[in-house]
Amino acid sequence: MTDVTQPPGAAATLRRWWQRTSRPAEAAKRVQFDRPLLPWLFLMPQLAVIFVFFYWPSVQAITSSFYLEDPFGFGASFVGLDNYRDALGSAEYRRIAGFTALFTALVTALSLGLGLLFAVKADKVIRGRSTYRTALISVYAVAPPVAGLMGMMLFDQHIGPFVTLAAKFGWTMQVGINYWDTAFAMILVSVWKQVPYNFIFFLSGLQGIPASVREAAVIDCKNGFTRFRTAILPLLAPTAFFLLIINITYALFDTFAVIDVMVKDKPANNPITLVYKVYNDGFRGNDIGGSAAQSVILMVVVLVLTLVQFRWLERRVHYG
Amino acid sequence: MKTTFAMAAALSLAAQAALADATPITWWHGMGGANEQVINQIAEKFNAAQQSCAITPVSKGTYEEALASGIAAFRSGEQPNVIQIFDAGAATIINAKGATIAAEDILTQNGHSFDRDAFIPGVRWFYADASGKFIGMPFNSSAPIMYVNDEALAKAGVTAPKTWAEFEEVAPKLKEAGYIPLTASQLTWMFFENFFSRNNVQMATNTNGYDSFDGTELRATAPEMIAFWARVKDWHDKGWLGFYGAGWSDNQKPFEEGKVAFWIGSSGSFGGLSKTATMPFSADFMPYDETVADGNKSSFIGGAALFAFSGKPEAENKCTADFFSFLTSTEIQAFYHQATGYVAITTAAYEKSKADGWYDQHPQAEVGIKQLMLPQGEWSKGYRLGFYPQIRVIEEREFNKLFSGETTVEDAFKAIETEGNELLARFAKTSG
Repeated sequence: MTDVTQPPGAAATLRRWWQRTSRPAEAAKRVQFDRPLLPWLFLMPQLAVIFVFFYWPSVQAITSSFYLEDPFGFGASFVGLDNYRDALGSAEYRRIAGFTALFTALVTALSLGLGLLFAVKADKVIRGRSTYRTALISVYAVAPPVAGLMGMMLFDQHIGPFVTLAAKFGWTMQVGINYWDTAFAMILVSVWKQVPYNFIFFLSGLQGIPASVREAAVIDCKNGFTRFRTAILPLLAPTAFFLLIINITYALFDTFAVIDVMVKDKPANNPITLVYKVYNDGFRGNDIGGSAAQSVILMVVVLVLTLVQFRWLERRVHYG
Repeated sequence: MKTTFAMAAALSLAAQAALADATPITWWHGMGGANEQVINQIAEKFNAAQQSCAITPVSKGTYEEALASGIAAFRSGEQPNVIQIFDAGAATIINAKGATIAAEDILTQNGHSFDRDAFIPGVRWFYADASGKFIGMPFNSSAPIMYVNDEALAKAGVTAPKTWAEFEEVAPKLKEAGYIPLTASQLTWMFFENFFSRNNVQMATNTNGYDSFDGTELRATAPEMIAFWARVKDWHDKGWLGFYGAGWSDNQKPFEEGKVAFWIGSSGSFGGLSKTATMPFSADFMPYDETVADGNKSSFIGGAALFAFSGKPEAENKCTADFFSFLTSTEIQAFYHQATGYVAITTAAYEKSKADGWYDQHPQAEVGIKQLMLPQGEWSKGYRLGFYPQIRVIEEREFNKLFSGETTVEDAFKAIETEGNELLARFAKTSG
């Protein structure tokens, strides 16, 4: 990027805003190409992948969302924003959106919190440390559908040990019938599945903090928790920020398999997330227009969420 | 290891050589497990019976996945020759005129005879158009029937009910004997769709949707339906009906374990149940509602039919026709019926199974056919409702809410009707 005066216009304003809010590129990282086409050549494979698997389907989804289409593609009538109106106007859709927000917040908060707690504790263990770590990490090897299947068995009304356990406390747990019982089971399984991932990153983040910094902190402050909050946590911020984004994406999208297996393909009155609803309407119900509109809504939500995170939250992160 | 590999390679080469002259056709289906094995056997039988065609069956997962894959393939011009479509998806594929060749047409165009009357009455209408022409070829058909725990009945000293009023008489005795009197799987099929058929109540306007998609409305709040479900809810409150979730096996499992006296399941469940049930069991018709004037009619068929996709070369269509004809042959029908527990769809196959003595050994296997052969009411021929898989999702949601006490019978069925009609209106627009 050069420092010559910008031509006036909206594009330039936008560009200046972008430059102001983003960090200046470090000179050392710049690579100079003497042939202008060469970098594009290197970029081609990546661009092609993004085009085929992201831009093209996105454009198709946006187009379909304005049509009501016969599933087999014989007739499509333009309906304008009707599909969006139908989705957003439906009480059921709003209920699912509400649950998705709650689910995402809880899964993200709990799996980040527990991951961090375990990492801090495991970091202090000296004897048998690799055993502890392997035990904690191994859960990550479980594929989401398998995790869902395990959850389904653990919470089964006829044979589930958790149901028996809950009964001892006077809780008649009815996963599959009672909305909140199912929500509880789903959140538990989703968190359990994600904790090891966060654990790995937090642990390596903790190990990256130099011993000298820790020792200096010990001299300055006796209270372990304050020390953690004021010295260790800020140094973990880049890791935490990265994990926050990954965890939100996980809760929104990757929990699909867990949900699908736990509701046994029949959502009925059980809680589901928006992505499951897109699948249900599009792939099972063959309502292509309606499902496309829902996926566009979801795309916009994720886009806004990511922008917010990068513009506001990332500026508070110190990359050291 | 090396020898095995070489042998496998040699075998597959030989197989390819044998099939080199045959016209290949593909058959996508939604069956897994034991039923998939039977489908493979049928394909092998067809390939062995003649030389000019070779069919390859491909499992696409569940019924819904088979439908979705079929649609995606058709849109990209990669459709298979034959696809299996389930009951709830029938409207979707039949509405897409031009996507399929009517089963009747493909058979007659390729020199096969076709006799509608050869099929048992219960299967004649479901996959046919308003004039009765077969669009889909009925393949695996089932009926919702009542399985009976013989031990429970003996212990309580009662007999299996024919009507729901009789059920209400025996239920307290069964409960006293320590049993859950009743469970039912897939209530959408059992207590909703087949309440209409079994008791001859109109399910939707426009002759259950057969006449036109435009303006078709679901009659979920039919007074008969509301009255019946008020009883169902009452049974649940009294502990006469156990409800363990929307999943099929949730409600089958307690019956298998011998805790339940009656279970409403599919006639196709018979094969699996013989292996898993821990007690002797028999089967009977699904009870009917004695308060409805014109009850005790045949039920809607469940299961699926085969459709021939259009846009295929003549030679392949000929093979598809040959295959359909082969499938309806008495021998194959009887084989399929006996191997899977799905009902025999032709009268001849039913007679053959009788002559084979199959029902003497397995009286339960005959119940589904007998129920489908009951007199047919005006409203028990079938239904043709678009986006019906999604309407089932709404029904499941409301039934769950009802049993967890979050809604009332009136509100639940009002919600099913309102949201169902919105979907039907959307579907009518897609075909415009």
